[in-house]
Amino acid sequence: MRSKTNKRYTRRNSKLTGWRLFGIYSLLLVIAIPFIFPTWWMFTASLKPIEEVFAFPASLIPNDFQISNYAEVFRLQPFLRQYWNSMFIAIVVTIISVTISTMGGYAFARINFKWRSKLFVILLSALLMPAEVTLIPIFRLMVNAGLSDSFFPIILIPAFGAHAVVGLFLMRQFFLDFPAELEEASEIDGLSRWKVFTKIALPLSGPALASLAIISFLYSWNLFLEPLVFLTEPNKYTLPVVLPQFTDTYGAPIFNVQLAATSLSVIPVMIVFIMAQRHFIRGITMTGLKG
Amino acid sequence: MKRKKSHELRHWRTGLFMAAPVLLGFIFLVLYPVASVIRDSFTSYNPLSGEAAFIGTDNYTRLIQDETAIEVAKNTLIFACILVPVNMALALFLAVLLNLHFKGRTTFRAIFFSPVIVSTVAWTIVWKYILQDDGPFNYFLSLGGVDGPNWLRDNPWPMISVVMVQVFKNLGMNMIFFLAALQGVPEEMYESSEIDGANRWQQFKKITLPFISPTILLVAILTIAGAFQVFAQVLLLTGGGPGLSTTVLSYYIFINAFQIFDLGYASALAVCLFAFVMLLTVAQWQIRTRWVFREV
Repeated sequence: MRSKTNKRYTRRNSKLTGWRLFGIYSLLLVIAIPFIFPTWWMFTASLKPIEEVFAFPASLIPNDFQISNYAEVFRLQPFLRQYWNSMFIAIVVTIISVTISTMGGYAFARINFKWRSKLFVILLSALLMPAEVTLIPIFRLMVNAGLSDSFFPIILIPAFGAHAVVGLFLMRQFFLDFPAELEEASEIDGLSRWKVFTKIALPLSGPALASLAIISFLYSWNLFLEPLVFLTEPNKYTLPVVLPQFTDTYGAPIFNVQLAATSLSVIPVMIVFIMAQRHFIRGITMTGLKG
Repeated sequence: MKRKKSHELRHWRTGLFMAAPVLLGFIFLVLYPVASVIRDSFTSYNPLSGEAAFIGTDNYTRLIQDETAIEVAKNTLIFACILVPVNMALALFLAVLLNLHFKGRTTFRAIFFSPVIVSTVAWTIVWKYILQDDGPFNYFLSLGGVDGPNWLRDNPWPMISVVMVQVFKNLGMNMIFFLAALQGVPEEMYESSEIDGANRWQQFKKITLPFISPTILLVAILTIAGAFQVFAQVLLLTGGGPGLSTTVLSYYIFINAFQIFDLGYASALAVCLFAFVMLLTVAQWQIRTRWVFREV
């Protein structure tokens, strides 16, 4: 499959030139505005004094730089602590879900065990489950167990819940492409399936594991509903929960400080993405759906 | 023969052992909660009043008579009916464009994908400012002489705003799925149709679309399921308002469950949401034979 993609479009490979290229560029640039502008505006407005955020005429670059907005972020909330919470939870979730999804994905792709296809179809139903549906009983369970205002549910749900099935699905797709000789040959050598998995399959799956890790990290980093429902103490908040809470005493948002906090949560992820975007998108294409 | 049997048993054990963590997670965090939410939907469970009596189908009768719930169900459908076609058409259009060969296409792919990595909360907060009455969007419109409405207050714009903010946020993922599928279409198919004198549009309709139809089906299923889960956007952009005009089912469940703590009624609503999504998926799966030309 993959070797075929390299040969694709020999005729279409002729590069676009002249007016057609100009046409495509202008069209794409116009469509790109709502995808780029928000990030640009978020960052520039986070550096403006509050009067300038909605000033007419709007400035694309701040007239007056006000770096103190960023200091305000840390004064109004235990933001460093909350940043660490998000980071810690996302790392734990990533380690767990990558481990179990990869194991599960390998089992469903390469080991012909009883009820395999039936179990797989049942598992896939998790992809359709709205989080609001399953959250109510889990909430009840956690309250009864006294675990509601802790990281436990915030780690448990994304690591083992429906998202683990997404990971399993992606890794299964990836392992399905391995040649059948892999297991046949190793069986003759007397290797167990577990050994084949750890000694042969895993070392070959670096890029797929990396994209799965990125997907899991982002999923946890961006999770909103679960932490919003479970966490009540500002010291335990994660970033998505605290971002909407940069408000004055009347509950009105302090625009520039809120946007500074939002920038702090978005920009590191954005930088990593820009540096790794080629691998990132290719990785998703590779593990994802190949048509 | 005996050897083969022991092999099978061993595979069965290894396979189940390796899949066990995900399977257990699925049982406790998906299967059990669904069973439990169905049971709770027949009770008056409320942790504040401490009440948890079995009340039969009362919650469901209440649901049918609840004018708010009917309005909310209608909004949910409107939301999905705009979001799904717009998202998929634009994603496919961009995928086709970005599959052409020209300098800078990887940069554009990255641009359209970038909102996927931003959290919904951050994305929505920024858009809320952009769409303010005196925000940058109306400022740009005023440069062109257009007096824009208050996008988050004047109907029907709030609903359209929520949809579009969500479209821009997640379109990149579908675009990548489509791109991957487009790259799998064998070039020979285009070459032979060219000899038959087919033009680009005919090629797209007769070759490209049928070939990527399994991906279209999958993207459709995932996008529809996602459309029924939109929550943060509504909470942060419009708060469900003005009035009820942007309150969708998942947001209404959230309010009933975690703000009013009427968990029994919220469970009944959740069962409806779940049934809704399942029904739509099964329906799509059933009609796939009419338009999906290959098996996945």
